[in-house]
Order: sequence, then C-alpha cells, then structure tokens
Amino acid sequence: MKIRAQIGMVLNLDKCIGCHTCSVTCKNVWTSRDGVEYAWFNNVETKPGIGYPKDWENQDKWQGGWVRKPNGKLEPRQGGRLKILANVFANPNLPAIDEYYEPFTYDYEHLQNAPEMITPPTARPVSVLTGKKMDKIEWGPNWEDDLGGEFSKRSKDALFEGIQKEMYSAFENTFMMYLPRLCEHCLNPACVASCPSGSIYKREDDGIVLIDQDKCRGWRMCVSGCPYKKIYYNWTTGKAEKCIFCYPRIEAGQPTVCSETCVGRIRYLGVLLYDADKIEAAASVEDPKSLYEAQLGVFLDPNAPDVIAEAKKQGIADSWLLAAQNSPVYKMAMEWKVAFPLHPEYRTLPMVWYIPPLSPIQSALENGLIGENGIIPDVKDLRIPIQYLANLLTAGKEEPVVKALETMVAMRRYMRKKSVEKVVDESTLKGTHLKAAQVEEMYQVMAIANYEDRFVIPSSHKEMVENTFDDKASCGFTFGNGCSSGTSEPSLFGKKKASPIVFHDMRRDRKANAGE
Amino acid sequence: MDYLHQFVFGIYPYIALAIFLLGSLMRFEREQYSWKSESSQLLHRGSLRLGNILFHLGIIGLFFGHAVGLLTPVAVWDALGVTHSFKQVFAMTAGGIMGTLCLIGVLLLLHRRFSNDRLTANTTWRDKLVLLWILATLLLGLGTIFVSAGHLDGHEMVLLMTWAQHIITFRGDAATFVAGVSPMFKAHLFMGMSLFVIFPFTRLVHVWSGFGAVSYLGRTWQLVRPRH
Repeated sequence: MKIRAQIGMVLNLDKCIGCHTCSVTCKNVWTSRDGVEYAWFNNVETKPGIGYPKDWENQDKWQGGWVRKPNGKLEPRQGGRLKILANVFANPNLPAIDEYYEPFTYDYEHLQNAPEMITPPTARPVSVLTGKKMDKIEWGPNWEDDLGGEFSKRSKDALFEGIQKEMYSAFENTFMMYLPRLCEHCLNPACVASCPSGSIYKREDDGIVLIDQDKCRGWRMCVSGCPYKKIYYNWTTGKAEKCIFCYPRIEAGQPTVCSETCVGRIRYLGVLLYDADKIEAAASVEDPKSLYEAQLGVFLDPNAPDVIAEAKKQGIADSWLLAAQNSPVYKMAMEWKVAFPLHPEYRTLPMVWYIPPLSPIQSALENGLIGENGIIPDVKDLRIPIQYLANLLTAGKEEPVVKALETMVAMRRYMRKKSVEKVVDESTLKGTHLKAAQVEEMYQVMAIANYEDRFVIPSSHKEMVENTFDDKASCGFTFGNGCSSGTSEPSLFGKKKASPIVFHDMRRDRKANAGE
Repeated sequence: MDYLHQFVFGIYPYIALAIFLLGSLMRFEREQYSWKSESSQLLHRGSLRLGNILFHLGIIGLFFGHAVGLLTPVAVWDALGVTHSFKQVFAMTAGGIMGTLCLIGVLLLLHRRFSNDRLTANTTWRDKLVLLWILATLLLGLGTIFVSAGHLDGHEMVLLMTWAQHIITFRGDAATFVAGVSPMFKAHLFMGMSLFVIFPFTRLVHVWSGFGAVSYLGRTWQLVRPRH
C-alpha cells in the first residue's frame, strides 16, 4: 500500500448560477498574459452544448484520454509511445486555435478618434493574432451561454448519446445546466503519459499536476492527450500551460482563486487519501460503467486506524490526516456519494468531483399535481434527463446518479418540514438510507456551506523539506528561467515572441508604470 | 592553397563546432525557458502536416546519411567490399531522394509561413533565417548531385570524406584535401558548417530535444515528483 494525499475539489452544480466569476478571477490572476488570451484554465459552459474547445467531449474526434487494449493494458487513445513520438512533427489531433476562438480586443480608440459621421462609431473587434480587424467573432469559452444558438447545433453535445434528443428541442421540454470546468488533476493523467519530454508531473504531496515550464519543449502531445482539453499551448512562449490549482495558495492553506471567489459557494476543497498501488487496476477495469465504483475503491478511509498508522509510517503529516478526516470532499464523494467524477470513461481518474443538479419537474401542469411527495419533486420527473447526467458523471450508469439526487431530495424534504413546519419528522427519510444526523450534516456542508466547512486545506509543511533561510531574497512565482520573468529584453538567444501591435502599447504602459 | 581556404575549411569548422556545442550548452544551462520547438501549428495548420513530415523525414535522413557517409573510414568500406564508385552512386541516389523530400517539405513550410496572416505577424527574423538558410544549403547540396554525375569514380567523395575525418580527428592538414573540389561542394560545406553556427541562437536547438525525446519510448506512463 502506497498512501498518497491529494487536495480534491467538489463542485455542487445544484447551486451553480453560471455567473462566470470563477472564470474571470482565474483569468485575471493566471492568464492575462500574451499567448494565453484564448486560454481559460477555468471556464463555465452551458449544457447542453458542444463547449470549448468545440466538441471537446467527442473523443472519436480529438482522441483524448485512455483506451483499454484487448490485453487489459491502458494506452493513450491518441496512440502508444512510438506513435506519439512520430506525431511530434504535426499532431493530427491538435485543435486549432479557432476551435477555442481567435483572441480579440476591440478598437476602442476609434470611439474617441472617429470623425463626424452619420452613424455612431463602433469599436470593431481586432484580432490579437494578426492585429487586423475581424469581421466576426465566432466562438468563445461560454459561447452557448444560457442556451445561446440553435438546438440543432448544441444538440451535437456528446452527452445526448443514447437519448431521444428531438423532444428536448421543444420549448416546453428545454433543460439546461451549468458546467464549470478546470483541470481535473487526475490520478491517472493522460497528459503526463503523453509528454515526450517528461515535463508534466504529479506532485506526490498534494496531487497537483504541473508542467515544468523549463522542461517543456512544445511537442503539444499533452494538449491532445487531455480528454478535457484543459492544457493550452501558449503561442508566444511555445510552451504548454495549464491550471496550476493555485498551488502557491494551496501550499499556504488557502483555497484556489476560483473557489475563494465563487459567489454561489458551490466549490469545496479537501484532502483525499488514496492507495497509489491501486490506480492502474482501477483505471483498467473492463466495463466503463464500473469505472466510477472502481475509482471509489482507490480511496482510503481516513478514520480507519490501520490507514492512519500506515499513513503516519509513510510520512504523511498529522495535520493532513486530520484534514482528511474533516474533508468535505471525502464526505460528499465517499460517504454520502452525491459527488461524481467527470467522465470516468476517459479512465483518467479525475479528482474534481461534481454534484449533479436537481431541476424543475417536467410536466407538473399536465399532471395537475407535483409529485407524490408533495411539494418536493420525484427524481424521475426531473427536467434534466437522468441519462444525460449519467453520461456526464458515471459513464452512462443511471443508478448512482438517481441515488444521489434522491439523497438531495430527501434532505430538502426533511429540512423543509423542519424549518417551515418546525417538525423534525424522520418519516420523511423513509425509503432512503439516510439518518437524521447525516441529513443535518449534509445540510450544514452542502446548503449552508460555511467557509470553514467548504475549505479544509492543510498547509504544505515546506519546513520539512527545505531550509527557508536559504530562500531569503529568492524569487517567488515565475514562469521558468529561474528568477527571470520570462519576458526579458532581446538576448543572444532571441526575445520572447509577443502578440502583435494591439497589446504592445498596453504592455509597454504596464512596464513603464511598474518602473516608476 | 591560400589563406582564406585554410581558414574556411581548416579553422572555421572548429569555430563552428565550438559555437554549436558551447552555445547549446550555455542556452540549455541559462535559458531553458527559451528552449522549444516553437510550433506554430495552433495558429494555422495549412500544409503543416504534409510539409513538416516530409521536411523532417528528409532532413533526418540527410543528417544520418552525411554522418555515416562522411565519417566512416574509407578502410571500413574497402573491407566491406563497397567500391568508391558504388558508394558515390548510392550516396547520390539516397541523398537525392531525401533531399527532394526535404525540399518539397521546406517549400511547403515556407509557403505556409509567408502566405498566412497569423503566421507572418508572428514570425521572427530568426524563424525566417532558419528556413531560408536550410533551403539554400539544401539547394547547394542537391546541386552537388549534378556536379558528381560528371565523374562517377568516387574520387571527389573520398576527398570530402577524408576532409571530414581529418577535421574531427584534429589533423591540421584537412583543408588541403578539399582544395580542388568543385565550388558547389565548397559552398555547400560553408553553408552546412554555418548552420551549426546559427544553431544555438535559433529554434534549431529543439533538435537536441528531439533526439532526447527518444528516451520517452522506455519511460513509465506516469511521473510523480516528491517534494525534495
């Protein structure tokens, strides 16, 4: 048994209001730089929709994730090592930047400088790639926001597999949900496996998957290897970049920026203990529908005395064990089983978990009644098809999703009675596996969601591995090249490429301002 | 033999090799963040797949062809029973095929790079220098095939082999062997050596990493880094 710890995340989609605050704060902190204007380490998509980049869930097209070979071994879907190496010259599965969108700004200056005209001046979009005016903006990280666009286009959504989707084109039957997406920091990451330079790695102590910017050579195989398309090629630096799970904050015991700023308080961070020796077997299970359960089998009970003893022996700090015992992620994913991994069929064992959303009931008016349980709906009447959620979270297996939704419905039923009618009525939990105490705790964590219940993050105990005295006067966070900012003036070996004209002045201004 | 000839074919090879090796080492040591293949595939695909595969297939073939052909001692070929004449014809044929693949590739890449707005806006003069330098060297190299076709006895080829072998074994008389070879060969040699000079200052450094990436074939799928 090789025990490792990871900071996992849960997103409670039942509470996501699709405000994009997570995306914007993340962008402001991490990707407001040349070459990654088009990259959103975190973006929020409206489902149904084909998403960003277009069709990212269609692995027949993009070849991301793993496949199980007939001999039971796993191999990246884009090919074995030799094929990956042979494809470095021109990656056949690399999405072009237009699949994300052509990054743009607007010609704001024209609003000030325009001569007298009959019509008011407009600020036309200007491409950051060429510096030229663009006729049309074609796509973006939230292009289908709130079901924007025609049904015929968004119904190409891969999650409609096995669903008679035509009926959902009718206005009365429409449904939608939000899906915030970031790097999954997988236990079995396909990006790491796809990197010919060995520049991507998983951190042993907290499970964060990072790209060593110095070692990356820009072979681009990770971009196609990742089935979630959450690795981005920086077209000015020629290096791949990805969500870093705000590791400087996590190390200090603080939540990631997306979690900290979440308006709906839907994000949770907590420690999961897992047995690294079980990863390969769990990811190689034959039936995709068993992958969710197989993944659950990798995690260890942080309250079990033998696990605690073994973890201590293997050097996991007491503060981490305590955090694992109080982990909201462990509770929701493992104990209550309301949170699920995103697309387990990719066999990456993702570590960002999702609580499926409840939704209004489908045909209350026609039925003349609202479910057999009074005001709270039955799961089978929900507007979002269970199969759709199952295709997203459990490789199409409906049962675990139904159970999770029923758990959430039962919690609402119990709490409604308690807070509206002031009656603690355990009979409302009849037919479920729930006990009153658990419902109260679920309510506290999932509905009230206090800061300290959402984020249980132990600091990283760096003092155990490095002498901080040696770090005095050293640089903090940089993009490679040691303490250089990576944006040095022209050197013998060429200067960093930069996006053309539009942002140049901006950058110069920034630098001038900083210099003063 | 004049002073200039001695410099270009007797001294310059060492200058070029020194810049190539020390420059690469220095860049690897000090500017790793700038060490990359600088792919432009994301911005525009165009004829990249065909062009780049042909180009790399050709140039890798040419690299190993030159290495084996020039640096294997004449005695080895004699012992193997390979006649000079046969080796020359073989070199001309293999070089011609690889050179043509490479030429088609580099022309496709040049066309792609200069015909697309996104690429022209984001191409540095170093990128252009590399492509155009390789094109010039390649054209001169292909030109030598026609020169060689005039005499198939393998004599000139042996002179070139001797030159290369004397250079890498640090014998001062190397330049004398190529004093009489065709100007086409001399120009090709100069351009080829100069490619090593510009190597550390351009995206060409990714060639080192390309060979380094072969170690990927024997690597485990997953990499986990401990804290220390």
